[in-house]
Amino acid sequence: MRIKQLIVGMTATVIAISSYVEIAVADLKFPMLVYRTGAYAPNGIPNADGFVDYYKMINARDGGIGGEKIIHPECETGYKTQVGVECYEKNKKDAMVFQPMSTGITYQLIPKATSDGVTVYSTGYGRTSAANGKVFKWVFNAPVTYWDGASIAVRHVLKQNLGNIKGKKIALVYHNSAYGKEPIRTLETLAKKHGYKLMLLPVDHPGQEQKSTWLKIRRAKPDYILMWGWGVMNSVAVKSAASIKFPMENFIGIWWSGSENDVLPAGQGAHGYKSLTFNAPGTNYQVHRDIKKYVHDKGEASGDGSHFGEVLYNRGLFQAMVQVEAAAVAQKIHGTSKITAAMYRDGMEAVDLNAKRMEELGFKDFAPPFKNTCENHGGSGLAAVQQWDAKAKKWNMITEYMYGDKDVVNKLIAEDSAQYAKEQKIAQRCN
Amino acid sequence: MIYKETGQYKSSYKSDHAIFPLIQDKIAFGTLMLFAFLVVPFFIDSYWEKAILVPFLIFSLAAIGLNILTGYCGQVSLGTGGFMAVGAFSTYKIMTSFPDLNIMIIVLVSGLITAAVGIIFGLPSLRIKGFYLAVATLASQFFLVWLFNKVPWFYNYSATGQITVSERLFFGVPVTGATAPPYATYLFCLIIVVVLGFAAKNMIRSKIGRSWMAIRDMDIAAEIIGVPPLKTKLSAFAISSFFIGVSGALYFAVFLGAIEVTESFDIMTISFPVLFMIIIGGLGSMLGSFLGAGFIVTLPIGLKFIMVDLIGLSAVTAKHFEITIWGFLMIVFLIVEPHGLARLWSITKEKLRRWPFPY
Repeated sequence: MRIKQLIVGMTATVIAISSYVEIAVADLKFPMLVYRTGAYAPNGIPNADGFVDYYKMINARDGGIGGEKIIHPECETGYKTQVGVECYEKNKKDAMVFQPMSTGITYQLIPKATSDGVTVYSTGYGRTSAANGKVFKWVFNAPVTYWDGASIAVRHVLKQNLGNIKGKKIALVYHNSAYGKEPIRTLETLAKKHGYKLMLLPVDHPGQEQKSTWLKIRRAKPDYILMWGWGVMNSVAVKSAASIKFPMENFIGIWWSGSENDVLPAGQGAHGYKSLTFNAPGTNYQVHRDIKKYVHDKGEASGDGSHFGEVLYNRGLFQAMVQVEAAAVAQKIHGTSKITAAMYRDGMEAVDLNAKRMEELGFKDFAPPFKNTCENHGGSGLAAVQQWDAKAKKWNMITEYMYGDKDVVNKLIAEDSAQYAKEQKIAQRCN
Repeated sequence: MIYKETGQYKSSYKSDHAIFPLIQDKIAFGTLMLFAFLVVPFFIDSYWEKAILVPFLIFSLAAIGLNILTGYCGQVSLGTGGFMAVGAFSTYKIMTSFPDLNIMIIVLVSGLITAAVGIIFGLPSLRIKGFYLAVATLASQFFLVWLFNKVPWFYNYSATGQITVSERLFFGVPVTGATAPPYATYLFCLIIVVVLGFAAKNMIRSKIGRSWMAIRDMDIAAEIIGVPPLKTKLSAFAISSFFIGVSGALYFAVFLGAIEVTESFDIMTISFPVLFMIIIGGLGSMLGSFLGAGFIVTLPIGLKFIMVDLIGLSAVTAKHFEITIWGFLMIVFLIVEPHGLARLWSITKEKLRRWPFPY
């Protein structure tokens, strides 16, 4: 009897309290889909820390965006698509933008967010053809896409070989998911164009089992390896490459496969490993000084604060910066500080981050400038190559920012987005 | 006292053999069906639809399927994920090849295709039993997922290997795709689950169900008294795979809308959770399939709601706790009642017969 009364009482209390959980939203809501648990947490944590620190800094230094504080509820997805959908459904009310940090979840959210009217910003990941703003009104993937990245990596290889790679063997070690398969079509097209042989080596989630992959590489001895990995797959791959004594300067990872936690486990063996990047490494920027002053020194650092200045942390700063800038632009366009999700989208489409604006925001020389337009949601398509120095334990930029093969990439984007428009019966806009 | 059958006399064999012989049961079930069909669609929003109700319906259908195979026929199967993938990909291929076919027909035909595949992977059950059969069905899980990843014909040569569903109407209302209103997807799944659930219940109570249970209890004795082992085991695999295939088709077309086979039909995402659903819910029980599915689908969400929204823990701390509590609760339930939640419910009914008197 007593236990029954206790249970009835608790249930009533829970129901009563839950009715008070709704908060009035006058602030700007930027829900965060993060993964601080699971096989992808080593990369998810620094990135999420970057976002949160930037939002906190904006709230502390500027009092929010145009006076509206940023609220950033975190929802833990564990990189699982079903949980990502649930997190989206839970947080989509009054949300400005979603940054899923997972190509799988992005693919899921594109049709849902289009129908619900919420922006999806998949910075340098997600569905590459979303760069075509004529078809994908609500999706942005500036400043660069995977197909740009694939062609930039090949361009770097070409430069190393004085423009001639006929007959060379390039292996692609990729995460066996939509994310990893993204570059394959581009690399195959470029293989026909430049005459190299492409070897495809899928690695199943979560990526810890790579013995057979690296055995194949040891036997086939490719000249270059490109990697599209994420999470624990990256560090295992770099360690395996070091253990089979593969020349690390011929091992190039995409921008999601080039951060400190991917190379530190391999120790000195990772020296010379290269990766693409679209933002600079290090902490020598005004934004870092501001974050230190307004967030870290006040003890408000996200997580344990140890990822400050890492590649993925910096990328999180960049992504958050673009999102905040889009809100500011939206407020200016529509003349009100209480913007809706539709107004936010207009702001994101009008974002013009030229060199001067980036310097104003504290990101001088941090990343190449880009501009969103109605037709182009994919940014400038610039990326550079950085190389890991295992002795100094830092990344160094070894090339300038360069374009990929725009002819190949634009053609593929047009084809893929046209097919999507046909399937989903979307009329082309921006005319 | 509440559940006593006094005063309820049956005057025909037909009424005596009803699924719900007691008036109390009839009333309760009727109220539940009226509530589910007439009240919920008006109040459902997209969070309840996408996070709780539609996954609950889809996984209870899969749990019924696996219960037929494992609970009633005794053939342990870890291939649920692979068969759901067959259902999903059949739906995709039929949808893209025959754009004008009605979605209900597509879903049912996908079930039939999965039943055929299930028969093929059920052939080893004639030679091997128990854990060894579990390993053979595990092979089916890995093989089918690999097949759908490797052979480009299945995903129509798309560059990423993802399959996406296009909008389909059912009586003029979209039920697939992003434009489907919550009540439409919910009612579509509910109709399928209710009809197939009744079909399953009737099959279980009839000759074929009794032959499954005979095989489960002692297959050599069953063979001696005349139950044909080949036909019975294969029929269990076929019918179970039909249910699992239909649930896979709904999982893809109605619930997720876009799937990537290695992630969505992984063994840890589908096969093991559905097995846990029938173990915790109760092997060999229809109610158990529903209770188990409800438990496993809603427990993580409920825990997250309590920890993040009510107590105010950070999302990642709540996730760590959730993983621990999930495992702990499963152990507790299996210790308290190894026969599952359905057994707890039937004990409750027994007590309600005599309540408030203790004897």
